[in-house]
Amino acid sequence: MNMNLASIREKIIPKRNEETSVERGNPSAFFVLVRKEFTDYIRSWRIIILLAIIMLACFGSLYTAMTTISDAIDNSEAEELGRSLYLFLKLFTVSDGTLPAFITFVGFLGPLFGIALGFDAINSERNRGTLSRLMSQPIPRDYVLNAKFVASLLLNVVLFFSLGFIVMGLGILMLGIPPTVEEFLRIFYFLVLCIVYIAFWLNLGILFSVVFKNSATSALSSIAIWIFFQVFYGMIIQLLSKSILNPEVITDAADAVSRQGFVLNLMRLSPSYLFEESTTILLSPNIRSVGPLTVEQTVGAVAGPLPLTQSLLLIWPQLTGLIAATLVCFAIAYLAFMRQEIRSN
Amino acid sequence: MAPIIQLDRVSKQYDEQYAVKNLSLSIEKGEIFGLLGPNGAGKTTTILMMLGLSEPTSGKVRVCGIDSLRQPIEVKKRVGYLPDNLGFYQHMTGRENLIYTAELNQIPRKEALERANYLLEKVNLTDAADKKTGKYSRGMKQRLGLADVLMKNPEVIILDEPTLGIDPEGVRELLALIKSLSEEEKITVLLSSHHLHQVQQICDRVGIFVKGELLAEGTIESLAKQLFQQDSFITRVKAHPVDGKLLEKLEQLDPVSKVEETADGIDVYSSANIASLISRIIVEHGAALHQISNENYGLDEIYHRYFEGRDEHESR
Repeated sequence: MNMNLASIREKIIPKRNEETSVERGNPSAFFVLVRKEFTDYIRSWRIIILLAIIMLACFGSLYTAMTTISDAIDNSEAEELGRSLYLFLKLFTVSDGTLPAFITFVGFLGPLFGIALGFDAINSERNRGTLSRLMSQPIPRDYVLNAKFVASLLLNVVLFFSLGFIVMGLGILMLGIPPTVEEFLRIFYFLVLCIVYIAFWLNLGILFSVVFKNSATSALSSIAIWIFFQVFYGMIIQLLSKSILNPEVITDAADAVSRQGFVLNLMRLSPSYLFEESTTILLSPNIRSVGPLTVEQTVGAVAGPLPLTQSLLLIWPQLTGLIAATLVCFAIAYLAFMRQEIRSN
Repeated sequence: MAPIIQLDRVSKQYDEQYAVKNLSLSIEKGEIFGLLGPNGAGKTTTILMMLGLSEPTSGKVRVCGIDSLRQPIEVKKRVGYLPDNLGFYQHMTGRENLIYTAELNQIPRKEALERANYLLEKVNLTDAADKKTGKYSRGMKQRLGLADVLMKNPEVIILDEPTLGIDPEGVRELLALIKSLSEEEKITVLLSSHHLHQVQQICDRVGIFVKGELLAEGTIESLAKQLFQQDSFITRVKAHPVDGKLLEKLEQLDPVSKVEETADGIDVYSSANIASLISRIIVEHGAALHQISNENYGLDEIYHRYFEGRDEHESR
């Protein structure tokens, strides 16, 4: 009997060792996880419905933008208009009032999309009892979390780039004006910004999915935070600013500027404000500053749009702030997940 | 040969409470070991520590000669684990779930498919292989779980409450399957349960686990011997009429330690098998003997004994 077992053991062990050496340089288990998550996303009804809504909204806003722009073109010299006003960018920002513009839609639906991708990443696996099964496979624990993040980010990148490029393509077809290189780059950076912004909400969702065992709790908390920043935070700051910017307490111009700056910085604690500010600057080159400008500062300035590099410079703090917030969320989720007990209940 | 699973004075502490306390256990290759204990005894914690999914507060765990704490991935390559409430990806079919596991274990696709089909046949799920697992019954899921565990061709399989929530027929099939696997594929099986009869049927050895401590360990017979030294035999007698004199006579017999009158007869506790003697006494006494039988101690009694002891201990 012992001999028998020993011979079987011999047969099995060398084979295993070979496998091990192959696996070392082979990240394919991670790729398998990512692929499965990605397939799950594009097959799930939740994501399909959201995708449909986002598509509809975008094409609706594109249509209104298009009619507004054609009216403007009819009224003036098209070429001159295109050059001076960055006509192409208007596709994303202009609306005739019936439907909000593309950036408004993205600013509104993007976070919802991010939350929908992230909110049940870990706790659904836990509740279904698949997490412990997954964990008993020979993969490092962080693969699971990382794969979920990578898969949803990938979906985001694919979605927003294709959406952006479709809008661009339709714009070229309908308006007959090609975008300039600078316009193209601005749109490109705008799409990157969208992805970073959605990644923030995605990571918030993932964080809650690690912390809360119940996916409804995590969904509701993520949505609550989103609505708070989207709607109420601005109101609260406005309320505060009434007392901060009260004309009776302001002593001189410098004081007024610093108070204004303080209110702005309060606003910037909100990721949605950061996003709004940076998209506006990227897509409307005529905006020269994100803060208050005194008359002295504007004296001597040549009226005209900012070059792309200057626009990028202006939004640099906002962009890094958003990325930092994203990473902080992910780091907390990662740490929490690594320390968590795996048992399913 | 070194034992395939070896725990050396392992403890796991949550806050002030011990989930597992000073546990030493070794399991030999090829055996079926049953970890018995009530809910919350620390069985699952012990299992998770073997897989390196939970870190012991102190002590050493070695599985297949590998330190579970240092190299959990190496351990998980060799050990299949069936969690207590296992689940599958419901939108995927049974076969797809198995293939996914194979991919995570880096088994080439062709081999994975062959192996999945072989195992599905083995666990009797070939017909349901292309059905979504969301539609599987509890017993089917459990069988698919067994196939899933075997996908990676493990040396050891650890089954946490494998019979939970399955109907008796399903339990019998599952246990027979586990038994045949251990015999045919020479796989070491560790299974935890609180269903004693089931474990009794297939386990070579059992360990009784209460409050994080291993109270006893060994084959079922040896456990019975350890526990019931004076009264390891019960003779159950159905006779009529039963009076005090008869009871007295029986009590005076040398090997008898206790005589108890039950609803329809007498239970005689003794240290040896004295059924023939008892029947003679009853007949000589003039009573009608309807039935006489020897009761063996099953795990239930063994188990119960331990819990009696535990309760006394607690009340002190």
